[in-house]
Amino acid sequence: MEQEVAIVDAVQTRHGSALKENIREIMFSTVRQLLNRVGIEKSEIGTMVSSSSDYWQGISCSNSYYYDAAGANLKSGSKAAEDSALGFHYGAMRILSGHYKTVLVTSITKCSEAPPVDTLTHLATDPFFQRPVGLNETISTALQAKAYLHRFELNEEDLAGVPIKNLANAQNNPNAHRKGVLSLDDVLASPTMASPLREIDVPNTSDGACAILLATKEVAKDLTKRPVFVQGLGWNVSETFLGDRDLLNGSLPKAAKMAYKMANIEKPLDDIDVAEICDTTSFNEILWTEQLGFCAPGKGTDLLKDGITSMGGALPVNPSGGLFGANPYVARGLIRIAEIALQLKGEGEKRQVPDAKRGLAHSVHGLGGQLHSVVVLGV
Amino acid sequence: MSGQSRILEGYVSLPYRWAMGETTTRFFDEFKNKKIMGTRCGKCNRVLIPARSFCSHCFDNVDEWVEVGQEGVIKTWVAVNFSYEGQPKEPPYILGIIELDGADVGLPHFIGGVPMDDFDELAKKVRIGEKVRAVWKESREGNILDIDYFEPVD
Repeated sequence: MEQEVAIVDAVQTRHGSALKENIREIMFSTVRQLLNRVGIEKSEIGTMVSSSSDYWQGISCSNSYYYDAAGANLKSGSKAAEDSALGFHYGAMRILSGHYKTVLVTSITKCSEAPPVDTLTHLATDPFFQRPVGLNETISTALQAKAYLHRFELNEEDLAGVPIKNLANAQNNPNAHRKGVLSLDDVLASPTMASPLREIDVPNTSDGACAILLATKEVAKDLTKRPVFVQGLGWNVSETFLGDRDLLNGSLPKAAKMAYKMANIEKPLDDIDVAEICDTTSFNEILWTEQLGFCAPGKGTDLLKDGITSMGGALPVNPSGGLFGANPYVARGLIRIAEIALQLKGEGEKRQVPDAKRGLAHSVHGLGGQLHSVVVLGV
Repeated sequence: MSGQSRILEGYVSLPYRWAMGETTTRFFDEFKNKKIMGTRCGKCNRVLIPARSFCSHCFDNVDEWVEVGQEGVIKTWVAVNFSYEGQPKEPPYILGIIELDGADVGLPHFIGGVPMDDFDELAKKVRIGEKVRAVWKESREGNILDIDYFEPVD
């Protein structure tokens, strides 16, 4: 179904543990590669929206460091901090505003250059109540995971299939920097990091970047044989204090409802062919699939065990390997969208889901999943 | 070109001064007397801790102060067994979300007074739904760590 905003094309880096080029060089080469593929020049880019994080870069106003390197010199470039999927939403809205015919959306993070995620997300807490007791992303997720396992009478072994599935999928993704074949014993041998989460449940970080070119329907048809249309956008944010929230019923169902309504999706499992989900931990892929409406609450582990979310299943989740395959923190949301665009263009190569016509990209930011974003794409 | 890329190392350390606001200031001043105070929203009737000056659900001012219990139940918990820069104490330790008697939201804080060297023994005492009680520090400065930890109530 054609819509007003379309993805023309998308480019990612070969993600890695420590890319040797600097941030400006990576941004330039990623955008240059995208323009080459599409066959346009910088002058034909209407505007640019980027996404990066000051703390993750060690340079405040992180975007001011690479504006010109991203093709936005003397253009009305802007930034959506922290979650690059929000940069995508912002870019789509700039097309819908009628002011731009093309919008470039970019994101970059070199985690190898920054302190660990658990230190940086500790600084995302308020200084009076949550920081002194040491909350951060992994600890918040462990609190959520414990409540989940208790409510549905499950145990840690029920989560083990996620890294096994996603690292196996990553073997088919040339951009992934982690991949491999794991056994259940390998997973269970991993040391406990924050009970019930093991070290292997928490994807390591990466360096990487992504760039997507958005355009109006008419311009997109001129620029590519296979435009991918933006069918639904949704996002939602819950309370700041972890103790205020129902950790198992947050903002994601509302974000999904918003996107599904726009895309006329009534039965997500039937109506969506492929999904890329921010598997911030093993547990999170399971919780997010439930909250996206792929199954009932508490049934996410069955969805996984029954192979529904595996390659060849009714709704493959993370053919790219997800964050287990590559996790360049801020760029991860935009990469999910780029992967779905690739699937719908039929360019997924070894990770292609056959006949994919409609896909979903999910992204999350903030402790315990404070902010969720859902993008539905279709051809 | 040589194919090499050198690393420049740096460190960013900057001072900040955060105003607590009057409500948080009183909340912590009451800690000096071992009192845990919340504020009740006149619209949804929820008692919120830490005490706050507005309810984000009803989006209105909140100014009715109520004392909540020293005891509450564990809503969820985690045994932290890894290190990161900025961490408040040496692992292993336990962090929980505690819903105090009379409060309608949870408070993240440490759970202590249990053996940390035997996880199975620990997991018998620290359980979701079990009762815990605030243990105060002898010397209190008016901050969240005036409560040393919450201990299981036998």
